[in-house]
Amino acid sequence: MNTMNFTLSTSTTIYEWLLGILPEGWENTANIGTMIVIALIYLAIFAVAGLYLVLLERKVAAWFQLRLGPNRVGFWGLLQTMADALKLVSKELTGTIKADKFLYNLAPYFVIVTSLMALSVFPFTQEFQAFDINIGLFFLIAISSIGVIGILLGGWASNNKFALIGAMRSGVQTISYELSIGLSLVTMVLITGSLQLSEIIEVQKNGWLIVQGHIPAVIAFMIYMIAGTAETNRAPFDMVEAESELGAGFHTEYSGMKFAYFFLAEFINMFIIAAIATTVFFGGWLSPFGITESIPWLGVIWFIGKTFILVFLMMWFRWTFPRLRVDQLLTLEWKYLLPLNLLNIVLMAVIVWLNLTIQF
Amino acid sequence: MDTTIENSNLKSEEYFINMGPQHPATHGVLRLLLTIDGEIIKKVEPDLGYIHRSIEKMSERDSYQQIVHLTDRMDYLSSHINNEAVCLTVENALQLEVPERVKVIRTIISELTRIASHCLWWGVMGMDVGALTSYFYGFRDREMINDIFEETCGARLTMNYNLPGGLMYDIHPNFVKRTKDFIAHFKTKLPEYDRLLTGNVIFQKRMKGVGILTKEDAISFGASGPVARGSGYSCDVRKHHPYSAYKNVSFTESLKTAGDSLARYEVRIQEMWESMSIIEQLIDNIPEGDYKVATKAVIKLPKGEFYQKVETARGELGVYIISTGTKNPYRIKFRSPGLSNLSLLNHIAVGGKIGDLVASMATLDLVIPDIDR
Repeated sequence: MNTMNFTLSTSTTIYEWLLGILPEGWENTANIGTMIVIALIYLAIFAVAGLYLVLLERKVAAWFQLRLGPNRVGFWGLLQTMADALKLVSKELTGTIKADKFLYNLAPYFVIVTSLMALSVFPFTQEFQAFDINIGLFFLIAISSIGVIGILLGGWASNNKFALIGAMRSGVQTISYELSIGLSLVTMVLITGSLQLSEIIEVQKNGWLIVQGHIPAVIAFMIYMIAGTAETNRAPFDMVEAESELGAGFHTEYSGMKFAYFFLAEFINMFIIAAIATTVFFGGWLSPFGITESIPWLGVIWFIGKTFILVFLMMWFRWTFPRLRVDQLLTLEWKYLLPLNLLNIVLMAVIVWLNLTIQF
Repeated sequence: MDTTIENSNLKSEEYFINMGPQHPATHGVLRLLLTIDGEIIKKVEPDLGYIHRSIEKMSERDSYQQIVHLTDRMDYLSSHINNEAVCLTVENALQLEVPERVKVIRTIISELTRIASHCLWWGVMGMDVGALTSYFYGFRDREMINDIFEETCGARLTMNYNLPGGLMYDIHPNFVKRTKDFIAHFKTKLPEYDRLLTGNVIFQKRMKGVGILTKEDAISFGASGPVARGSGYSCDVRKHHPYSAYKNVSFTESLKTAGDSLARYEVRIQEMWESMSIIEQLIDNIPEGDYKVATKAVIKLPKGEFYQKVETARGELGVYIISTGTKNPYRIKFRSPGLSNLSLLNHIAVGGKIGDLVASMATLDLVIPDIDR
């Protein structure tokens, strides 16, 4: 297990603590124990984060819609989603008789596990990163496209035509917009020259990439946000659920905690999309102009703050725009975003080649 | 080498899907039997009767005053106009001349009802194409109208304000002021509707050229109201057969010739402006006088057949009464705009996607209890 990359102090601290309480010669156990402890910490943090993203969404929606939003459970409705989660946990798991039981039960875990896995590579600060793998960005893109298998499985195995239409739309949508996400990130990788997330942030100490890459970077960011919204199946690209067309789409037949997994995964995915954008375009945990460089732990605040601004942007999209039609969705990707993206890569390559990037 | 799907071994088949009676887009209990090929609609078959309460049959048992109350429950968004239709029929049959004051108040409240109905439609229209926020904006303005109604006649939705011979009570002293306040408020809010939804590029893409209904088809399907006017068929009952105070006001009938979903949408937005203009012309000079003329406690219509049509928010509502001279009608028939507008759904939705069906259905502005009665 020595191949594990324990360069980071958080994991090292836990590892040393476990070594201290375990008898001699149990290094491997300590190694595995460290991973389990870190996994549990992540699980706890992001279950809560997911719940509060749901609350944030409801509050943001309320602000846009001249309402108050949840304000009865706890101060300012802060415990509302906790109460909802408790309700969902205690609900009976009903299903359809004709569903393919194994796949039907597997699908929600596919979705939630992949979105939690993606979180493990983010550098929240220099110190706080579970795994700093050298293909971090590639890993994120790969993991985020596995989630769609869960949606496809869920829609297929439910034995419901509405769910099936939703799942098929999801497949079409994710496969298309994956290209844009990948290509817009590749555009930025041309500057950084690395897929490792910690190195991508290291490069940005000379200025955030959206500034360094100027015009092509802004174009790449816009394409990324459009494709990212589509990737998380949120409005205006919520073809997959499309409540006025398909009822609830792929999760029509799910109830209780299995439904909650899909629901939470949507919000965590939104966080992931925003977090990737923060890392790649907006300097991750770096503070603007290095104003808080002397206090490293503030990086978490910067990271989360930037991420939440982007999350808010995605919520803004959702509560403003009407939904596209399924063929318009594909037209947008294949006829507009993809060619633009390819041109943008060439532009970025020229800029990097001629050394026209802006660096402080 | 053949690579087209038609000639390969891949089979594709049409399938059947059951949209409703509980489905968010059908706004009530309409059931649509859809035949779909992938995403493309091949056939739409509406299945009615889920909220049939036999209002027409019940009316044969009731006195004419009682029938008015049943009509609230048909097209509940134009309840005042439905009441008015029955009252006008009965008054015509009795050759009863109602005071000028009643006519003006009826017209003002009808137009307020039309604005309220269109506000709700606009909100729901946005919701059907996926923009949930519009729903709350529409309801914000509709609430103000409901408050005015509540103050004057005690009810917000099923109003029962009309009686054969006049109104239940006189208007509330605040009515004029509050109506003016509302008009002033709504004049600033209606442009907001355009900014939020009409100008949106996605919305335009969803609506333009979708669900096209030609003028000839509109006439042959018996379409009326904004649906027919969106296809360029001038059919406003208020213009062509004016009743109540409509002959005293000047307004333009909003007509669009495109016949697509966007045209029907624009007609309704335009109608809200026109309704405001009608109210403004009338609100300052409501004539003094009685709010009703006395009728006999038991109204008996003379023997014969009577018909009166009015323009509800959805189109032409006709009331056809056959009387044998007793206190009950022998037969009463309502020609509801919703039923004939629904009949053309299959015509405009075939060939479109599921999303198009939902969008076109939203522009028909169906109220299911109006269709089933």
